[in-house]
Amino acid sequence: MTDLTRLTALQQAGLLRSGEVSSRELAATHLDAAQRQNHALNAWLVIDRRGALEQADAADARIAAARAEGPAALDALHPLAGVPIALKDLVSVRGGQATAGSKILEGYRAPYDAHITGRLKDAGAVILGKTNMDEFAMGSSTEHSAYGPTANPWALDRVPGGSSGGSAASVAAYHVPVSIGTDTGGSIRQPAALCGIVGLKPTYGRVSRYGIIAFASSLDQVGPFARDTRDAAALLHAVAGRDERDSTSAPIPVPDAWRALPAPDQAAASLKGRRLGLPREYFLDGMEPGVEARVREAVRALEDAGAIVEEVSLPHTEYGLATYYIVAPAEASANLARYDGVRFGPRLGDGDVLANYLATRGQGFGPEVKRRIMLGTYALSAGYYDAFYLKAQKVRTLIKADFDALWAQGFDALVAPTTSGVAFRFGEKMADPVAMYLSDACTLPVNMAGLPGMSIPCGLSDGLPVGLQLIGAPWAETGLFELACGYEAITADAPWRAIEPTALAQADDPAMPTPRQRAAALAAGLVG
Amino acid sequence: MSATAPSRLETVLERYEPVIGIEVHCQLRTVSKMFCGCSTAYDGAAPNTHCCPVCLGLPGALPTINRRAVELVLRAGAAIEGTTPPVTRWDRKNYFYPDLPKGYQISQFDLPLAADGRLTFDTSLGPVTIGIRRAHLEEDTAKLIHAEGTDGGRVSLVDFNRSGAPLMEIVTEPDVRSAEQARRYAEELQLLLRSIGVSDADMERGQMRVEANVSLRPVGTEPFGTRVEVKNMNSFRSVERAIEFEIVRQGAALDAGERLTQDTRGWSDDRGETYVMRSKEDSHDYRYFPEPDLPPLRVDPAWLAEIRAGLPELPAARRVRYQAELGLSAYDAGVVAGDAGATALFEATMDAGRSLDSVRPLDAVRPLDAVRPLDAKQVANWVTVDYLGLRNAGATGSAITVDPAQLAAIVRAVGEGAVTRAQGRQVLAEHAETGASAAAIVDARGFRQISDAGAIGAAVDAVIAANPAAVADYRAGKAQAVGFLVGQVMKSTKGQANAAAAGAAIRERLDGAPEAATPGDGAPSGGAVEG
Ligand SMILES: [Zn+2]
Repeated sequence: MTDLTRLTALQQAGLLRSGEVSSRELAATHLDAAQRQNHALNAWLVIDRRGALEQADAADARIAAARAEGPAALDALHPLAGVPIALKDLVSVRGGQATAGSKILEGYRAPYDAHITGRLKDAGAVILGKTNMDEFAMGSSTEHSAYGPTANPWALDRVPGGSSGGSAASVAAYHVPVSIGTDTGGSIRQPAALCGIVGLKPTYGRVSRYGIIAFASSLDQVGPFARDTRDAAALLHAVAGRDERDSTSAPIPVPDAWRALPAPDQAAASLKGRRLGLPREYFLDGMEPGVEARVREAVRALEDAGAIVEEVSLPHTEYGLATYYIVAPAEASANLARYDGVRFGPRLGDGDVLANYLATRGQGFGPEVKRRIMLGTYALSAGYYDAFYLKAQKVRTLIKADFDALWAQGFDALVAPTTSGVAFRFGEKMADPVAMYLSDACTLPVNMAGLPGMSIPCGLSDGLPVGLQLIGAPWAETGLFELACGYEAITADAPWRAIEPTALAQADDPAMPTPRQRAAALAAGLVG
Repeated sequence: MSATAPSRLETVLERYEPVIGIEVHCQLRTVSKMFCGCSTAYDGAAPNTHCCPVCLGLPGALPTINRRAVELVLRAGAAIEGTTPPVTRWDRKNYFYPDLPKGYQISQFDLPLAADGRLTFDTSLGPVTIGIRRAHLEEDTAKLIHAEGTDGGRVSLVDFNRSGAPLMEIVTEPDVRSAEQARRYAEELQLLLRSIGVSDADMERGQMRVEANVSLRPVGTEPFGTRVEVKNMNSFRSVERAIEFEIVRQGAALDAGERLTQDTRGWSDDRGETYVMRSKEDSHDYRYFPEPDLPPLRVDPAWLAEIRAGLPELPAARRVRYQAELGLSAYDAGVVAGDAGATALFEATMDAGRSLDSVRPLDAVRPLDAVRPLDAKQVANWVTVDYLGLRNAGATGSAITVDPAQLAAIVRAVGEGAVTRAQGRQVLAEHAETGASAAAIVDARGFRQISDAGAIGAAVDAVIAANPAAVADYRAGKAQAVGFLVGQVMKSTKGQANAAAAGAAIRERLDGAPEAATPGDGAPSGGAVEG
């Protein structure tokens, strides 16, 4: 009997429809894996076994009813009906926790469903639980979670990336076939790259943010993690589309093509004649040679399949990081003002209002969140607004114009590295915030410009995954999916594709130290 | 007002000129809140029953714009002749307070929905026009209630029912020069907002909150003095009193060589003075920046034009028309146009008076061509004296309903002598109380004044026959005998006869004039016979 956890979401959907497997079986198998390995991986903040099995039973009933009704009814079911899924712990699920990785939201239960939660429930997806993340999505390693770091399934002493590290690790470790993350500066694509899976940040406005705990409103987007492109597209299909409750969600139709992308041979053929730009600024000084080699090999493979690749320039890329670290913290400083202990979460201090604020926020927020609140508050302060925030918005326009110029020249997409290095060790960048911030140098310009960006696995460097980033024009997700499918088709037989995350056997061992213990030991070693 | 205040005020005004700017916050007449679907009908509701994730500022909640609220501010902007930019936007105003759930208020900073308007009104020293700098839309805060906790300690409770209700802020230029102007501006603004249906603007209920920035400068100089913000003025009278107090206080301080500080002061109605609420050191840096959760708002010029075209006649224009076209006195025009209920009743009664329906209730046989418009002065008199009198005599806040068609019938009946003025007043009162029609009340009370020639003639004939002595007196030249005979007619008709018509009929008969004369259809009856 095949291991159900090794199947993609669409393969699981096929078995559910044919009746070869039940949603309860799928849920139970995946829950077992998650529960067995969470000690070593800490990918999950909550695994809701009972709730998940109830949802699975409901999905089984729906599928059975549809099967009784006939093939048309079965077809009308969403591909994700009955399929297990994980949500980053900043997605509101009615009655459930939503900590955003912060102590300040400990004990908070969301009284409502996020838009995407409602859509996933409608589709019949089975939510197994909530995944770990950097506090309020601020970080690139998941080490900034108040609930301890998450380990990378490829190497338990390394980070999975962040901020959606738990969602990425849970998919890479076969706890779920697909999961939901959010991406503000790279928080889906970077962990996807570091965990060797597919991650997509859609065009800004593609997915409603209603019910998603905000980091930076003008940059945040919800997106899928999956182990292949077809699954990612199916999940995006389930959650995308206009929502009246999010004024920034766009009334752009969601292509039904995402439910069923072209077959591999077609996808490979469709690479022919595609015009791809290779932005030279994304190959940073200090890039790891192994990562650059894998990316350039991938580009060559695309060329060999008929794509036309030209080196291009995005001249304002070098200002991306500085600009991002004005805009995002500025918005965050206001978005995080609501965590005051008045209406929800722990309230600390028993003095006057100010004393309560100081105690609640002083102890509730971690150091990285405080750093960004201070950065943002400073950037918005009287006398500094013009020099920082206003200037940053102008530079943002220039960054976007760089991309627009390439679309105007007829490029179908850009290909670039997702990161300049592979997964790093716990603690390696914790002492130097700027080094950590540089992890997102290749991804955050895409958020600044509001574009769709995707990371797909393109091989290993020193036994660790490398991600290839695909960047598209606004609303051009379909093009990215086709490109990614094409790449998957032409590299289907590559030896690296057969390699599973190398630390999974270790993760099965209950004697393994937890990521928190591991990180502490590494820190002690570094100090000593 | 204390006995000494006016003189002290006058002495201050000899040396200093007040420079005053007014900020008014108004709750808008919308069904739902500014950025969520919660109902705004929370008055009197149990605390925290009108809220949702959005107006509670829960994690992940997002705002959506209430189109109706935008429309109301655009309407107000049009009424003050303001300009609206083609693209406007929302900004976050950041500060911490438990009544502000998100830690920021969604407001408008540098692109308000309306700017550069004006408002003209009368004062005791003549008409004044005040420039209005801006009118913008924002959300209201929750309400803090300070109470005693179960352990006897002081606790603060938050009621989020008001949180996120739409609020319009209207800010004047520093054009106001006296406490009276400030009060009159606030009154006229309230009238305007009510008449265009933008806000109920009830100060006592917190639907309209007035704040004033008051400073003094030596007469004849240009630079502004140190500005003090005055809050907590809960009535028009307290606006005037607080500003007068502040002028006197600042004048005395300046005279004493003191340096004023840029404080926020509250007004205590009981003590009749202002007190420091916040000093300048506590002033906020609100760190305004564009609200990223809401896209910029493009106001469709066609929509704006539609809103402008849909504006009703504004109070100022109405006052002019009432005087110029309807001949009302300035006073009556001011009173009728100064009260939304009075305006509506006056207009509708004049309209009703143009239709046959106003005649029918009391006179079913009148031909259409006999229907003449009601006399505006008479209608204004009924509205300002009787309607407002009835309304003000009633319980506070109780609405009384007067059907304009019924008032028109009453005005006409009195004007034409069908009932007396005093009877008409009773009919109106009863109608307002019970809703019964004027005709039904007149019938039930037997209020019909007899002007009909036949009916009066019969009564006159009977009286002449029964009083030969008085008839002989009249024929002997004692004209006053007619008075006695009219009295007898009134007696026999239980006071319902038209006295003038009866007198005329008696004279005609005794002077031997032809009997075909028709009393009652006009001139002689009038309002002369006040019961
Ligand atoms: Zn609400």
